[in-house]
Parts: sequence; C-alpha cells; structure tokens
Amino acid sequence: MSAPPHYTPYHPKWYRRRVSVWWWLEKRSSTVFVLRELTSVAVAFFAIVCLWQVRAVTQGPEAYARFLAWLRTPLFLVLNAVAFLFVLFHAVTWFNLAPKAMVVRLQGRRLPDGIIAGANYAAWLVLSGAITWILLRG
Amino acid sequence: MARSITPLLWVLFSAGGTIAALLFPIHLFLIGLAFPLGWLEAPTYGFLRSLVGHPLARMYLFVLISLPLFHWAHRFRYTLYDGLQIKHLTALIVVLCYGAALAGSIMAAATLWSIP
Repeated sequence: MSAPPHYTPYHPKWYRRRVSVWWWLEKRSSTVFVLRELTSVAVAFFAIVCLWQVRAVTQGPEAYARFLAWLRTPLFLVLNAVAFLFVLFHAVTWFNLAPKAMVVRLQGRRLPDGIIAGANYAAWLVLSGAITWILLRG
Repeated sequence: MARSITPLLWVLFSAGGTIAALLFPIHLFLIGLAFPLGWLEAPTYGFLRSLVGHPLARMYLFVLISLPLFHWAHRFRYTLYDGLQIKHLTALIVVLCYGAALAGSIMAAATLWSIP
C-alpha cells in the first residue's frame, strides 16, 4: 500500500503566462467573436439616441430642432455611421444563429436552417420597409 | 446572482437582441444618416408629435428602447468579464449593467407615459 497523499494548506504557485487584454487580436475567429460581443455597445448607444429623440419630441418643437441639429454634427454622423455598421453586424450574426437557437419541427421533420434564417431575413425586410413607409409619410 | 433570475435575464437578452436586429438597422440608418445628410426628407415635428400620441406607438417605442438595453446589459457584462479579465468585480458589474438598463427603461416609461 502506498503512503496516503500529503496535502499542504498552501496553494502551489503554478507558473502562468499572463494573458494580454488584446488576446483576441491574435486569431481571426476570436477577433470576429469579440467584435460581435462589442455590437452591444452600439445597440445601447442607439437605444439612448432613441430615448433622447422621444424626450425631445415630448418637450416641444425647439427641443426637437436642437436634437436634429446635434445629429447633423460631424461627431454624431461618425458615431452613427460606426454604430450602423456594428448594428448591421449584430443583425446578420443574430439571424444566422437563429436556426441554432430555435429548432422548428413540422410534421416530425426539422425545418432546414436556411428556411429559419430566411424567415428572419424576410421579416427584417418587411419591417424595414414598413418603418420607412410610415416615417416618410410625415 | 440568484439562480431564479438567470432565465429571465436570458429571455430579456434574447428578446432585446431580436428587437435590435430587426428594427435598429433601419431606424439608425434613417435618423442617424439618411435624414441628417439630406438623402431623405425627415418627418416634421407635428407628424412625430401626433405619432407618439398614439398608445400603440408609445408601446412600440418603449419596447424599442427597453429590451435592447437589457440585451446590452447581459452581453456587455460578459464582454467585461472575458475581455478585461475582471471576473472578481462581478457584483459591481452586474449592478452597473442591469441597473443602467433598468434606469433607461424607467426613464423611457416615465417620458412616454407623461405625454398628454
């Protein structure tokens, strides 16, 4: 019989390489992953712009004119252009993942991934068209 | 984080992600680029004011603002953990992220419900 294992109360000091905060730039797949995670910042940014717009509209025509003037400044044009690219990236990655998250069965058969992703893209087109139609009537 | 609230936070993340994916690109394109750059004509104040007078439009706007904020809170929380390796600050991050989403939602609700 071997001797019982001997435990020490102290944690051994393993050697660990410190991982850089920029670890995700070393591989393309991890860069795409982190960029996808960062789309949430653009989502929050635009949610706040929407809240700002709603508040401006409720405060009156002058407040709304000031809001529109802010959006015409180069700062906000650049921020909005960058946010738009990130939001588009979020939409595409979200729709492409939808078939993995949502398994639909029809008469016992699993619907192919392409149909579920396609339905999401179709809904995207229809809603975008409807919103544009409503806002351009004013 | 209590185990019982985790599924709710995940549902909010998921619903907010879907709202942001379906509705944010077109709204951001119109209000952030097409209207300020003069590619398309922006709606008048009077039109928007009458639009937010409608209860359905207010509900739409609340969902449009609130759910994507919770989507951000959930995703950004994990971005902070993994990206900056600050898992030891869990409690602070949770309070800041979901707290900010809650504050934004309450502000949106208060603004929308105060419209005469």
